[in-house]
Amino acid sequence: MMHPYTLSLLGGLLIGVSVWLMLVGLGRVTGVSGIAATALTEPRSSLWRFAFLLGLIGGGAVFAQVFNLHGVSITSRPWLIGAGLLVGLGTVIGGGCTSGHGVCGLGRRSLRSLVATLTFMAAGMLTVAVIQAVKGASA
Amino acid sequence: MSAATINSVRRTQWFAAAIALTAGLIFSVGLTLGGMTDPRKVQGFLDIGGLFAGRWDPSLAFVMGGALLVSLVAFATVKTQAAPWASAKFELPSRRDIDARLVIGAVLFGTGWGIAGFCPGPALASLLIGGADVLYFVVAMVAGMLIAKTWFA
Repeated sequence: MMHPYTLSLLGGLLIGVSVWLMLVGLGRVTGVSGIAATALTEPRSSLWRFAFLLGLIGGGAVFAQVFNLHGVSITSRPWLIGAGLLVGLGTVIGGGCTSGHGVCGLGRRSLRSLVATLTFMAAGMLTVAVIQAVKGASA
Repeated sequence: MSAATINSVRRTQWFAAAIALTAGLIFSVGLTLGGMTDPRKVQGFLDIGGLFAGRWDPSLAFVMGGALLVSLVAFATVKTQAAPWASAKFELPSRRDIDARLVIGAVLFGTGWGIAGFCPGPALASLLIGGADVLYFVVAMVAGMLIAKTWFA
């Protein structure tokens, strides 16, 4: 079995290959939040978006079986719902997520995406620091 | 449009869909193999305090690093390509401005990401394996997207 970090690097390279394929094939960036949100609001012109989502959701299910992985959640349902709302609102308002701003935007060397990526990373780190502090205080 | 043109547009649309389906599958293997469908790894990366406590998980940095390595080459070399295989032209983002929406959106997204350990890609890739928990997250995420599209467009 490969070291987990080697697997992570390999997984990242595959995500890069997917981005490359979308770029040379469709001429578009692979921003998952943008693809999902636009598929819902402009379904008539979104055949390729639904196809990508089908691959992502279906592939995720199939490969979880292959690697014998099970779903995990790290917080309670009210928090999951709140977090989901924040992720949905934030990615549409900010125009991208980890894939659109992170992988593709940085790959295009866009300053706008660099600012977004550093901001959501910092916000995520601050949030986890608060969660750890609260856990520590109540432990 | 002539019948021949319409047929060729349809062919291209299905060709584009086939490419997108393949890309989505590869993306999901990458996320799964990279451990990104496990929110503990994501939160473990965002847990900077863990650096000092010896529990920091750098997995996400390896995934991002690997993806970015390929992405940088892809966007640098694509400039010589006249048109995409299955589309008339490239439709890449053109905005360069850094406004309040960009930063506010990123703060909201980052906060949700930190709480649940899910961003949109991994959440969708775990939709069918994560049970009701991931379903709650994804439904709320989609609701958030629609709210933003409707009222904050």
